[in-house]
Amino acid sequence: MYTAASFAAGLIFGLGLLVAGMANPAKVLGFLDLAGAWDPSLALVMAGAIAVGAGAFALMKKWTRTLLGAPVLLPGPRRIDRKLILGSLVFGVGWGLAGICPGPALVLAGAGSAKGLVFLAAMIAGNGAFEFFEKKKGVAPGPARMRSP
Amino acid sequence: MSIAWNAFTPASALIGGAIIGTAAALFAVLNGRIAGISGILGGLMRPQTGDISWRIAFVAGLVAAPLAWGLLAALPEIRVDASYPALAAAGVLVGVGTRYGGGCTSGHGVCGVSRASPRSIAATLAFMAAGSATVYVARHLIAP
Repeated sequence: MYTAASFAAGLIFGLGLLVAGMANPAKVLGFLDLAGAWDPSLALVMAGAIAVGAGAFALMKKWTRTLLGAPVLLPGPRRIDRKLILGSLVFGVGWGLAGICPGPALVLAGAGSAKGLVFLAAMIAGNGAFEFFEKKKGVAPGPARMRSP
Repeated sequence: MSIAWNAFTPASALIGGAIIGTAAALFAVLNGRIAGISGILGGLMRPQTGDISWRIAFVAGLVAAPLAWGLLAALPEIRVDASYPALAAAGVLVGVGTRYGGGCTSGHGVCGVSRASPRSIAATLAFMAAGSATVYVARHLIAP
């Protein structure tokens, strides 16, 4: 049930990306190109997603178990640190170069885009590099601290 | 700044956004987790017992989306202008950056901002700013 819900959420997420135009890198770059002919569409994608998401997260604010009885594992409050900002800046540079972020990378791969597959392979290599450096430091990266019941 | 009215697609953007939000909402109320794709994928790099199948299922759902769409209708336009070397570099940057930053457009941008998380709002502002700056340099300084 848990796994099926996960598949359904991924599928709906991917369909949403396709409807929204987020799976079209050219459109994403049109949104990031503030100095050119700016396409504001993706601001509305964010607005639409956040409007629905905010409702759901508000609803489950005091939950300790989900509708399926699973524990609620949402990250608790953590500090804004250099790692968060630098990591996000590096991500932003990559996003601006290609117009692809992780979700659309998987959708593009499913659509059989050769360029999408190259991006996805490089992204997984980047993940591997992260694991390598973190392991070398001797600090297990571990999952984010959770607000657990 | 000039707005590209011919490229602006407000209806599909809002509807698509609401569908994305619905997926994130379902994932939260059923599985109790953040639909953060970089984190879901990243967790597979260090597989832990009992923590694998839901991750693979979510990723499989995303990959299956264009296949399911293709059964019913023609896929919407997908145009990738970046060259292969640029895509390889971009992929590595996205792979490393999202892990150090603890999230991407979905985990921080959609879920975190929905929860009014200060960390996610800061991360979203950072990657939006870096993304626009990169496009500015690439399109208006290097190849105007």
